[in-house]
Amino acid sequence: MENTGRPPQILTAHRAGLIGCTQCGKVHHPGTARCGRCGAALARFNTASLQRVWAWLIAGLVVYVPANLYPMLRTTQLGREYDNTILGGVLELMHHGDIGVALIVFLASIVIPVSKFVAISYLALSIPHRVRLPSHRRHLLYEVVEFIGRWSMIDVFVVAILSSLVQLDFAATIRPGIAAASFALSVAFTMLAALSFDPRLIWDEAD
Amino acid sequence: MTATKLPFAASSDVGDLIACPTCDALLHERPVAVGETARCPRCHTVIEAPRALAMTRIIMLALSALILMVAAIFFPFLELEAAGMIRRSSLLDTVMAYSGGLTEPLTIVMAALIVVLPTTRFLGLLYVLAPMAFGWHPARHAAPVFRFVELLRPWAMAEVFVVGVAVALVKVGGLAHISLGPAFWAFVALVIVTVLKDNFMSRVTVWKTLDARRRS
Repeated sequence: MENTGRPPQILTAHRAGLIGCTQCGKVHHPGTARCGRCGAALARFNTASLQRVWAWLIAGLVVYVPANLYPMLRTTQLGREYDNTILGGVLELMHHGDIGVALIVFLASIVIPVSKFVAISYLALSIPHRVRLPSHRRHLLYEVVEFIGRWSMIDVFVVAILSSLVQLDFAATIRPGIAAASFALSVAFTMLAALSFDPRLIWDEAD
Repeated sequence: MTATKLPFAASSDVGDLIACPTCDALLHERPVAVGETARCPRCHTVIEAPRALAMTRIIMLALSALILMVAAIFFPFLELEAAGMIRRSSLLDTVMAYSGGLTEPLTIVMAALIVVLPTTRFLGLLYVLAPMAFGWHPARHAAPVFRFVELLRPWAMAEVFVVGVAVALVKVGGLAHISLGPAFWAFVALVIVTVLKDNFMSRVTVWKTLDARRRS
């Protein structure tokens, strides 16, 4: 495409006094409630949708705290019981020398969730406030956040697989800990926060 | 797609316009040739990407995914051997791992994310696209079904689960000998098929086809 920087004045459906469907792109006159092509609900975007983003994000942040404090895995090995938190599991993998896997778990369970909280807050704050990052960069950030969110579920799946597999009576038994539930909730809430964010707001700058 | 220039008269005819579903840029619609990819000039989101025989390919892939899902559920998934004991685990055992205790609700979540939602998506796609592939009129309620299928897209996490299996394998690797069952390979194939299918599908193209073939 020829315009990589700030594209010269592109008219939006919103500016033209029309409503574009976010599902199929069909353009409608204002006052239409549902899209004539796909039947999706039509809405002119407004900053009120940011409230939903903040609500889900804060909910996700709240449940992320117990997810890190409580055990994710309870291992019973030869009669002794160990509790493993998320960070503990990463450290243990590192001690075993599995740096690669430790890195995957560390990325999925700690780096991705934390950067998602930061990125979504930044995007939501960038709508009412002026920020230095241009629209197309913020759009890229939004797409990355939306794409990467679901991969945080890895640890919840790992715990399930381990607990179903390692049931060797006295030798070793693994059971899931309560943190798995709050971690799954946290991932779901942040995914909902990202989905509630309307990317059209990024491009609707008063300039 | 070409951008609409600023002196734009809000005329009554909006039929030849399309708004980018992601950034709301108002574009003049033009026919997109098969094999071509139409992107939004502003946010570069793919708007339309019609591919030859795309509908047929998608329903074939969705059908294979369904068969693979059945195999993945009923065959043993992983086998663990330690201290003379053998433990087989199927996909259902994995889903049931959280049952009992405070993590009980996660059982439903697990079942939904790795079995129910992907299966629902495949069935929904078959329902919507099979009549399209044969050149028939859209099935009854095809539009709400396709909207639902697209709504489920981020929540069907089969591919995330496969990476989870890989991580779990390394974690237990030192503790015991593990072998992969046929269901694991079925599930891996399912993920590949799902990714291929999603790559073939262009949402706007499907909506346009549904609209064009509507019974009037």
